[in-house]
Amino acid sequence: MSKRLGWNVLGLAVLGVMIFPVYWMVTTAFKPGQQILSYTPNWFPTHPTLSNFTDAIHQQFFWNAVKNSLIVVTVVVALSLVLAFLGALALAKFEFYGRKAFIVIILGVQMVPLAALIIPLYILMSKLNQVDKLSGVIVMYLTFVLPFAVWTLRGFLLGVPKELEESAMVDGAARFGAFVRILLPLVGPGLVATSIFAFIQAWNEFLIAYVFLHTPEKQTLMVWLASFTTLRGTDWGPLMAGATLCSLPVIVFFVLVQRKIAFGLTAGAVKG
Amino acid sequence: MASVAEGGYIPAARRRRFSRRRAGQAAAPYVLLAPAAAVIGLVLAYPLYLLVKMSFEKYGLFELIRHKGRWIGTANYASILHDSTFWHVVLRTVLFTAVCVTLTMVLGTAIALLLLQLSTWVRVALTTGLVLVWAVPVIVAVNIWRWMVDYQFGVANWTLTKLHVGDFTRHDWFANPWAGFGVFTALIVWGAIPFVTITVYAALAQVPQELLEAAAIDGARPWAVFREVTVPLLKPIFVILTSLSIIWDFQVFQQIWVMLDSRPSSDYYTMAIYAFHQSFQISEYGLGAAIAVVMVVIMFGATLMYLRQMLRTGEVY
Repeated sequence: MSKRLGWNVLGLAVLGVMIFPVYWMVTTAFKPGQQILSYTPNWFPTHPTLSNFTDAIHQQFFWNAVKNSLIVVTVVVALSLVLAFLGALALAKFEFYGRKAFIVIILGVQMVPLAALIIPLYILMSKLNQVDKLSGVIVMYLTFVLPFAVWTLRGFLLGVPKELEESAMVDGAARFGAFVRILLPLVGPGLVATSIFAFIQAWNEFLIAYVFLHTPEKQTLMVWLASFTTLRGTDWGPLMAGATLCSLPVIVFFVLVQRKIAFGLTAGAVKG
Repeated sequence: MASVAEGGYIPAARRRRFSRRRAGQAAAPYVLLAPAAAVIGLVLAYPLYLLVKMSFEKYGLFELIRHKGRWIGTANYASILHDSTFWHVVLRTVLFTAVCVTLTMVLGTAIALLLLQLSTWVRVALTTGLVLVWAVPVIVAVNIWRWMVDYQFGVANWTLTKLHVGDFTRHDWFANPWAGFGVFTALIVWGAIPFVTITVYAALAQVPQELLEAAAIDGARPWAVFREVTVPLLKPIFVILTSLSIIWDFQVFQQIWVMLDSRPSSDYYTMAIYAFHQSFQISEYGLGAAIAVVMVVIMFGATLMYLRQMLRTGEVY
């Protein structure tokens, strides 16, 4: 019993260390200026205020950034769902020449270092006249979301018993109709997981948006947040308020799907 | 369908539809895959080829405008291999990656093992906390840490001074690159632990209990059980997690870039930053590409085990 108690205390200590930075961000966001700029830290926001949040959303280009992020995220999620569903269908339900190679490529894409690829991507996109355009960024995000999305959906499609499809087809539905009516509801959870993964990726991404979107009006939220401090020194309160706002949607969605992402990324290893 | 019932034989038209249908069946998977493959090909495969090609070219501002590089053979490689900065950067990146990956894997696994020992409510609390940390966007995390290690009002300096580690009043963490990379290590390991812990914990839960009990009955100590039974069973997971960590940490860019206000001094260059600097800041895209190629080669070398496992996965499925 006392041994368990010792472990529990250790567990809570680990929790405290891990969670502290997040706690510090949120409490700073609610503190008035003089409590932030104090040589002795104020551990609790004793006089909570919303003024940091008002400051943050009145920063230049905040609403532009919100709009751009929403556009990018919506399009990436919608397109990746359609393309990934089709691709997953091919991998899960058909035997065809080149299938194995495609699976290896899908898994291998995770390994391609974006930091190295950014140089030729820039050359390519400037040739295609896609620099400083949201459409170029959307296509690039799509690529980095698709492999995971195809792989996850493929798992869900494999879980659908063949008899179900066959009985649907015997009943006279064409193959396509059978897919739509029988498969779609069954892979619903997979579609949700995939779209949330795409959402998080597109929302959080920084490097591509930073390199490809030059005009301030076209930047996404993460680029906005990263350039926050350079305007007039570092204003910690509004910065932490902005950071809190930027993480809110992700945290909500992430908590919803965290298990599926963990399994998806390491799918190749389980029972390999 | 109606024609069969009516005529009792298969008309030619229907036979043709049969074979066309079979041909359609054969083409179907390719048609379904085509859009995804096209996007991946355009944004990954072609740029990968372009990267290698550019590394053999003179590609500056002039070439950027003309959209055409000039072939110069291995001159870019010769130039970086004789550049002492480059070797420092490679060494720094390898060392930094090794430290980050080791700490991430050891601490992540340790916390996963700790989870097994906890009461349910502590376990739920800790897992929830880990998921929360995992969800924090990188750019947000960088800004939080930047605030915590602020030289004037940062909570880190105050705490370390109070703990009598030394006098950290107005201590600038980034004046000395060793201390600065210490901060980056903490930031990256902190952000990477949740993924490792939760994955290893999920895998630990799948280890057959009988195996562990049998080993214990045979008189094996807990540590020996872990090393001889658990680790071999979890090896595929460890290989994947280590490889992914290597891939992520080796191309570290945004943490350093944003923390140091987009102008890190050359003491803080990693390979990704050096390649970025050569291409986007001094417009030597060819040199940048050569550095990036070396980076990819080193990464693939370090993750060979993962590649082998991946190819095997391709065989199984």
